[in-house]
Amino acid sequence: MPTLVSHPDEVKVISRRFGQGAADIDKYLELDGYKAIQKAIAEGPDWVINTMKASGLRGRGGAGFPTGMKWSFVPKQSEKPKYVLVNGDESEPGTCKDHVIFLHDPHAVIEGTMIAGLAIGAKMGFIYLRGEYRYLLKIVEKAVADAYSRGFLGKNIFGSGVDFDIVTQSGAGAYEVGEESALMESLEGKRGVPRIKPPFPAVVGLYGGPTVINNAETIASAPHILLMGGEAYAKIGSERNGGTRLFGISGHVERPGVYELPMGYNLKKAIYDVAGGVKDGKKLKAVVPGGSSCPVLLPEEIDVGLDFDQMGKAGTMLGSGGIVVLDETVSIVEFALRTIAFYQHESCGWCIPCREGTDWIKKTLTRVYNGGGSKKDVANVQYLAENMMGRTFCPLGDAAAMPTLGFVKKFRKEFEDYIEGHKAGTPIITVEQLVGAH
Amino acid sequence: MSKIANSIFTPETATRFDHLVTLYPVKRSALVPMLLYAQDEVGYVSDAVVTEIAQRLDLLELDVRNVLSYYSMLRTKPAGKYNVQVCTNISCMLRGGYEILDHCKHKLGIGHKEVTADKLFSLEEVECIGACCWAPVMQVNYDFHDNLTPAKVDDILETYRAGKGKDVK
Repeated sequence: MPTLVSHPDEVKVISRRFGQGAADIDKYLELDGYKAIQKAIAEGPDWVINTMKASGLRGRGGAGFPTGMKWSFVPKQSEKPKYVLVNGDESEPGTCKDHVIFLHDPHAVIEGTMIAGLAIGAKMGFIYLRGEYRYLLKIVEKAVADAYSRGFLGKNIFGSGVDFDIVTQSGAGAYEVGEESALMESLEGKRGVPRIKPPFPAVVGLYGGPTVINNAETIASAPHILLMGGEAYAKIGSERNGGTRLFGISGHVERPGVYELPMGYNLKKAIYDVAGGVKDGKKLKAVVPGGSSCPVLLPEEIDVGLDFDQMGKAGTMLGSGGIVVLDETVSIVEFALRTIAFYQHESCGWCIPCREGTDWIKKTLTRVYNGGGSKKDVANVQYLAENMMGRTFCPLGDAAAMPTLGFVKKFRKEFEDYIEGHKAGTPIITVEQLVGAH
Repeated sequence: MSKIANSIFTPETATRFDHLVTLYPVKRSALVPMLLYAQDEVGYVSDAVVTEIAQRLDLLELDVRNVLSYYSMLRTKPAGKYNVQVCTNISCMLRGGYEILDHCKHKLGIGHKEVTADKLFSLEEVECIGACCWAPVMQVNYDFHDNLTPAKVDDILETYRAGKGKDVK
């Protein structure tokens, strides 16, 4: 069972109820539960959307699109039913924040779904959890059942005349399904491959109806924002990046864990103060700042604020908030290979640049790793990654190419030294192990 | 009562499946979870499972197989009673995921996607299971075990061998 951590620098908004047994509906009610949805009903959809806009909340799944704006894009009039879809298919290596939300505060996700539904005029919401999170799905299923038994869900919620239903859904193992249109395909019972955009889900989404798709953390933030007010929430964060976010700090740190920090918090401080610094007093080698798809940062580059804009300026991304810390003992060749092996495994195979690109990069890096590489391989890997960028239907191709480019550009010398010096070297792990996953 | 006369599933599961199809605007939406729950009961997605699920959802068996082949958690061969899944993705790798996998291989005497002779355990190396901050991690039938060490793995496997492990389904 995941251990909760805490640090004085944390600002607890979304994690306010963690560790207090809020999965129990009575406890949740005691801790201001279901007050936000009642307020939303009283004030109306326009107030909800304006509050969300004022909060500066940007999508916590990784893309960072302003949530209030996303909700306002849904057409008011629609012949087809509208839907809310909560993306709990958290699969980006390094990221485990939604895990904690589902475990400690499942009702916040339910209440957030209801709020989004009210804002856009939907009568039905889906909460999609990855298949691996079965024990969490049970917790969410129980929370939904409890909400129904109290009359919070179903017909005429809170005497408003509005009906709202929530269905929980399980995936069965596919990273690609975390992409919003692939998520819809999967929910409709198909292979989870992305759809061509446009049309965007806000206009043509689930079952052809207008659909809002939000990450679980985004949705779980909504009740807190409505209760504290949009401006108050915005004030916690940095410019154009409202509020707080859950950061998962993992890898070689003394105190790994999920911490809630204000947007714009310094990355170096997050690693050294919050997570206790590099494990066993070793030297820092590199940081993958926001899940495995984000380009790597060197130790001299980590004095940067953790928000969408500042990370972008630093040449990387905030992504899904999964900070992975690498100490001096890590071989970047091995790390890059493990990263691309993941994307190769998870490519849905629909577009050629991603399907072929991830495979060729993995094959090339495997050869390098086994001591059979030539210096040309590094240039080849870079060429392949550059040619994947922006040429696929969904962001998985970019997600594979971006970290690869980061590794070969920033650690080119290490790749070349490895190729020169390790021709007959013994791998630390065997290729069979690397290619064997699944 | 199940609508299917000769269901291969237990009455509880059959009832659950009957209910599942009513939840969605389109019946087919129940396909992915249904395959997963069927696998939990039967042990794998057998031909009989495919046939019955296709019938329940008014789909071609081919439709079902198309979806079945896409998702990594669905299997068409039996696994052990306890399916041990060890994560070796980046966060776990940095904190000894490969040592844990090797230890499991050695301890169980089987490799990736293999089953022990007594059919009690099967082993899989898996991609990220979303528990990076508590790495290294493994799952035994959906039950998470984190902050692993080889000694801890021994205890966990022993608990399951003794029939005392938590079997989350």
